[in-house]
Amino acid sequence: MMGARGLLTVAAAALVSLGLMTTPVKAAGPAVEIPSQNWSFAGIFGTFDRGELQRGFQVYKEVCAGCHSLDYIAFRNLADLGFNELEIKAIAAEYEVQDGPNDEGEMFARPGLPADRFPAPFANDNAARASNGGALPPDLSLMVDARPNGANYLYALMTGYGDAPSGVTVAEGMSYNAYFPGHQIAMPAPIAADGVEYADGTAATVDQQARDVTAFLAWAAEPNLEERKRTGVMAVLFLLVMTGLLYASKRKIWADVH
Amino acid sequence: MSGPNFSNPVVRWIDHRLPVFTFMHHEMHEYPTPKNLNYWWNFGSLAGIVLVIMLLTGIILAMHYTPHVDFAFQSVERIMRDVNHGWLIRYIHANGASFFFIVVYIHIFRGLYYGSYKAPRELLWMLGVVILLLMMATAFMGYVLPWGQMSFWGATVITNLFSAIPGVGEWIVTLLWGGFSVDNPTLNRFFSLHYLLPFVIVGVVVLHIVALHRFGSNNPLGIDVRGKQDSIPFHPYYTVKDAFGLGVFLTIFAAVVFFMPNAMGHPDNYIPANPLVTPAHIVPEWYFLPFYAILRAVPDKLLGVLAMFAAIGVLFILPWLDRSPVRSATFRPLFKIFFWIFAANCVLLTYLGGKPAEGTYVILSRLATVYYFFHFLILLPGLSIFETPKPLPRSISQPVLGSGTAGASKENS
Amino acid sequence: MAETHEGATRRDFIHVASATMGAVGAACVAWPLIDQMNPAADTLALATTEFDVSGVEEGMAVTIVWRGKPVFVRHRTAKEIEEAGAVDIADLPDPQADGDRAPKPEMLVLVGVCTHLGCVPLGQKATDPRGEWGGWFCPCHGSHYDTSGRIRKGPAPTNLPVPPYEYISDTVIRIG
Repeated sequence: MMGARGLLTVAAAALVSLGLMTTPVKAAGPAVEIPSQNWSFAGIFGTFDRGELQRGFQVYKEVCAGCHSLDYIAFRNLADLGFNELEIKAIAAEYEVQDGPNDEGEMFARPGLPADRFPAPFANDNAARASNGGALPPDLSLMVDARPNGANYLYALMTGYGDAPSGVTVAEGMSYNAYFPGHQIAMPAPIAADGVEYADGTAATVDQQARDVTAFLAWAAEPNLEERKRTGVMAVLFLLVMTGLLYASKRKIWADVH
Repeated sequence: MSGPNFSNPVVRWIDHRLPVFTFMHHEMHEYPTPKNLNYWWNFGSLAGIVLVIMLLTGIILAMHYTPHVDFAFQSVERIMRDVNHGWLIRYIHANGASFFFIVVYIHIFRGLYYGSYKAPRELLWMLGVVILLLMMATAFMGYVLPWGQMSFWGATVITNLFSAIPGVGEWIVTLLWGGFSVDNPTLNRFFSLHYLLPFVIVGVVVLHIVALHRFGSNNPLGIDVRGKQDSIPFHPYYTVKDAFGLGVFLTIFAAVVFFMPNAMGHPDNYIPANPLVTPAHIVPEWYFLPFYAILRAVPDKLLGVLAMFAAIGVLFILPWLDRSPVRSATFRPLFKIFFWIFAANCVLLTYLGGKPAEGTYVILSRLATVYYFFHFLILLPGLSIFETPKPLPRSISQPVLGSGTAGASKENS
Repeated sequence: MAETHEGATRRDFIHVASATMGAVGAACVAWPLIDQMNPAADTLALATTEFDVSGVEEGMAVTIVWRGKPVFVRHRTAKEIEEAGAVDIADLPDPQADGDRAPKPEMLVLVGVCTHLGCVPLGQKATDPRGEWGGWFCPCHGSHYDTSGRIRKGPAPTNLPVPPYEYISDTVIRIG
């Protein structure tokens, strides 16, 4: 009979396939292994560390925002980081957003409101390219989801700059990076030691800044992560109990057939 | 065969004019179901329930989605971030598509193993293949809607296939696109059809169930139900067993939706579509990978397309390829071995579909493709003629009663 | 459902328990499917509007937008305030004292949507007709509102609504 042996074979085949499928498809060239970091938001019970998110936000604001937009985050979303309403209003007011047209028919700039999203550093892609030697700094809202093994990859990328190994020539205007596909990246090393002065006094090493900004971007890609995992624990526990009860019901009803 | 007597006067009033309650009573209480069905028979009802889940979540998503190239991607992000529980509904819908295919593929393999496609259930089987085709069309169009990189490029690659048709190919592709490349007209019509097709699937599922009820379910022994001693009423036996199976399914589904919702997706689809930048590897969703492997295995464009469609076409004619009068693999030892080899070959094709078309992968894809068609077109007909099956039990009840002689009860119970 | 049997109690309990848990589960699933139709977070973020009334001079009126609807802000003259107070409340179709409609009597804030069938009444601009009581006039079906925005004549059943608002400073109001 097919029974348990067949079921196990199918399950094993499915798991093998899933494992193979979720292996990231690599670009041409030898595969670079990305080291795994410990992230507070990983795992079934993962949560964000508010201090880490706030430091990461500071790094984004002071280091990244000059070139990279964060289109899908609104100032009001920063409440997740622990800011209160007044702080958010103040942060929003530091930015200028486009509004209009006014009664004269012209577009104008006004201070940001909590409901506004982060304004982009460049008016459009062409302007961004013109300011960056032809390269387009991508939006960062979803970057952690848009790369295989996103959080670990971003951290590795931030800390992966260095001198090219002997025999490798780096093209003009590019930088060598151990983890970027092709190893030549248009973005120069963005993070410098002590480039940021953390409000909470943490030492701003390159490693620290990279870790913090990666955590911030993980939050930006999925602000609902904590709710998702919390709800998931309750849902799976509920379903396990209910399935157990249904199994007992099934056995009772089938008792006279077996 | 008198109808049931309902005590409730309202129920009686309705039933006299529109016999829904008599119908339900017949289907649930009177309809004889073989008593020996195993858990592989749960997957039909699971597929039906996943269809309902997809319809519900899909209709809700359509309340918030904008089918325009400039707004599609951000409307999906709005669903994920701003719509109440939008993230949950989106993840259920996206992963639900994968689970729909998992359930249906298992359901199909159950049919292959136990010979459920054989007479008199040929039409039931063919309706099922129609459902599979409709599911594939629906899933393909649905994946385009978020307008990510994989959405756009997957649509470009697959619609371009039709240009292989001699003569009218280019004209057909332009007709499909509504323009000179995949663009807004394409997205809009895919949204319309993606909304429509699931209801067509519902219609074909109804026909599928009507065809099923004509002769009743097959069973693991593959022999017909001979009398009341071989069957039990669908309710409460199979309702509770299906409910339990549903519980197991939902537990696994919830684990994926809540803890690994992007595992079966592709990171490139979190990048907005860019017609000027092609991703390093264009990969369809996993459930299309075996067919993608077959498509790429054939070096000629048109023949590759034909081979891909033939891979499903061959399922249609299966009842006439496998003519062995014995249904169940339980009693066909050679067939059983080749079934598992075929299943392993399908897993291999799935794996190869996700790999770049280079080197060893190409050779393996070609071998696996040839074997796929060899199984259906040469092996199965051959086995029908040359295999010696094991002796069949006299009836479904007989193994339960234990005696090897004609001990099957003759009483009407 | 479950047939009566010796030892029925214990057997029934498990079925009742399973079914109940199933029903609870179904309700837990149904709620998000309904709640998703409620206003989303970005819609709610636009649910409050702040406005600095110091820009509205006496005798002038300004129309701002709150939750997609027009809101009339009129800086009333002393005469208008007096007229609004000098009326017997009992005579009004929708009795309400002027004092209850404006915390600061000189600044009147109303939702500019006629309570009959939803048109936007005229009266904000100096050239607009203001109806027989000098407030607002709705041209769709002829409702007349007074200087307190109360319905006086015409098919509208209730006064122009006062939106929930408060002064968060001397000159800035927050609506909603």
